[in-house]
Amino acid sequence: MSNTVVKRTLLSLAIAGAATVAQADVVIGVAGPHTGAYAAFGEQLWKGAEKAAADINASGGINGEMIKLVKADDACEPKQAVSVANRLVDSDDAVAVVGHFCSSSSIPASKIYEEAGVLMVTPASTNPTLTDQGLPNVFRVCGRDDQQGDVAASYIIDQLGAKRVAVIHDKDTYGKGLADAMKATLNAYGTKEVMYEGLTRGEKDFNALITKIRSVDADVVYFGGLHSEAGPLVRQLREQGSKAIFMSGDGIVSDEFVSVAGSPEYIDGVLMTFGADPTSYAAGKTVVQGFRDSGYEPEGYTLYSYTAMQVVVEALSKNDLDPIKGAEWLKSNSVSTAMGKKSFDEKGDLTISDYVMYEWDAEGKYSQVN
Amino acid sequence: MDIVLQQLVNGLTLGSVYGLIAIGYTMVYGIIGMINFAHGDVYMVSAYITAIAIALLTFFGIESFPIIIIGTLFLTVAVTGVYGWAIERIAYRPLRNSSRLSVLISAIGMSLILQNYVQLSQGANQQGVPTLLTGAIRFTVGDGFVQITYMKLLILFISFLGMGVLTYVIQKTKLGRMCRATQQDRKMASILGIDTDKVISTVFVIGAMMAALAGVLITLDYGAFDFYVGFIIGIKAFTAAVLGGIGSLPGAMLGGLILGLSEALFAGLISSDYKDVFSFSLLVLILIVRPSGLLGKPEVEKV
Repeated sequence: MSNTVVKRTLLSLAIAGAATVAQADVVIGVAGPHTGAYAAFGEQLWKGAEKAAADINASGGINGEMIKLVKADDACEPKQAVSVANRLVDSDDAVAVVGHFCSSSSIPASKIYEEAGVLMVTPASTNPTLTDQGLPNVFRVCGRDDQQGDVAASYIIDQLGAKRVAVIHDKDTYGKGLADAMKATLNAYGTKEVMYEGLTRGEKDFNALITKIRSVDADVVYFGGLHSEAGPLVRQLREQGSKAIFMSGDGIVSDEFVSVAGSPEYIDGVLMTFGADPTSYAAGKTVVQGFRDSGYEPEGYTLYSYTAMQVVVEALSKNDLDPIKGAEWLKSNSVSTAMGKKSFDEKGDLTISDYVMYEWDAEGKYSQVN
Repeated sequence: MDIVLQQLVNGLTLGSVYGLIAIGYTMVYGIIGMINFAHGDVYMVSAYITAIAIALLTFFGIESFPIIIIGTLFLTVAVTGVYGWAIERIAYRPLRNSSRLSVLISAIGMSLILQNYVQLSQGANQQGVPTLLTGAIRFTVGDGFVQITYMKLLILFISFLGMGVLTYVIQKTKLGRMCRATQQDRKMASILGIDTDKVISTVFVIGAMMAALAGVLITLDYGAFDFYVGFIIGIKAFTAAVLGGIGSLPGAMLGGLILGLSEALFAGLISSDYKDVFSFSLLVLILIVRPSGLLGKPEVEKV
């Protein structure tokens, strides 16, 4: 008896499996850290891409064909990024990829997509190297770290009037790249940083580093890295009694930053550079409303991911689903998205970047600094 | 001056925690000659149990900090002890008489299982616990100050208390004598009527309990953890155990303190980029001069 039940279940599972494959017409990969310490960002990516695909499928798909998304988990590790990229192009037959999140994953994966002729649009990887490699298939709908570092350094000098800046990074492609970009602009303005050091990703005790920050008497601590290190760092900074202003980049734009820091009081006043409020575009009103109606606040990179999916779909639909032609097409045409009109330069960077400064408050929310 | 003193405090708290976890590595190695690679993950499990225990206690309306901390310590140490026992029972006892290599691989497998089990059951995201104990004491030293949070003081107090109690148990009680006898000669001990399987189980439980102490303290102090948090701290604690002489209980504590202090002083006075390089170079140097670690006894080859 139970045996037949098992058989039947297996059979229906097999049928269900076959059915999903048959429906899948255009396969698009969504690659990012879906597990691990940075999974909060993977969720933003997935939510954005999922909603975009659902909206597009509901209005007829790409030239009548339905989008099927494939989740690819790179855990924000370069090695795993390469293997999931290979899987996406070989066994999933993806024509395009929205992702990856971390620059250190996007850069090695981009070469695999290039060889396979797959279109890649990253919503979040900001390291300059990604597009400076000169690959024809790579685009991003976010800014670059040299632009972000510029905004941060100008703010430190013009608005904060700080002279003693400590620069900390997490020794990863994104974090160190951002810290270096900020430092370069700072130095160009004639301010030399009082300290420049790296910490180890995955560690939680930064007390020794913080005592050193205290010893150089820094006014501003600039951190290039992600929220899982930024949280303990800012908390331990406050616990050791330092009142230095803490500033970081788009790597901390997640609600998890608050829980990782332990309590909102520690992050009160933390400054952060990020693109101008993605929910403020008139074109994206219904999308934002749609997210909120389903009980999800489109924080951080969610709308960027939505936008990346729109860019992919537009490029494919205008070019008979050919990703290589689509990539060429993107360089000379603009796409209307939920975040306004987006156009790309020869490298695949946005022609306009819009980094602004945000500040976290004692309630654990962030808002733009005027 | 104030900076050096502050770094000493940082190093001491970090080192005492390394020491607590190193005890688990060293005792297991001492008694069955294997390196328990799943030990770092036992620590990680205890961080999750800490969060669950705090949630439970606050759910029942308990709000006073001393009761929460004592309750959490008690619950976490007990549950993690059960984990230690179960891991030995499932992954190591069936391999008791096979080669050392099989047990080692079984340990690595156990480590992966624990990580994935926690990831699946608790989610892959970073988890956090709220700050329960705030405030700090501040000493003025010269122009500067040394600031020690109450949480750090609690860490120092509880870890030294834990080490003290354990040393007493091993040195003075019947259970401790049984452990030491089994460590010296397992066959002889069993001939003399000691249930060595039971002793080995006990050692695993003690190791897990010490890791749980560290887990509660660190989780309360840093507030954040994820399923991968046992990896780095496990490696550091293992290094501490080797540094102090693997198999030696006071060696593990000493190794932990030396490692913590050297990391803090090097990061603070020279560079935090290369603090791990420095710690491991120190390990290599000590092993060149004393191959069995600082307090380890050289293994006598029996002919």
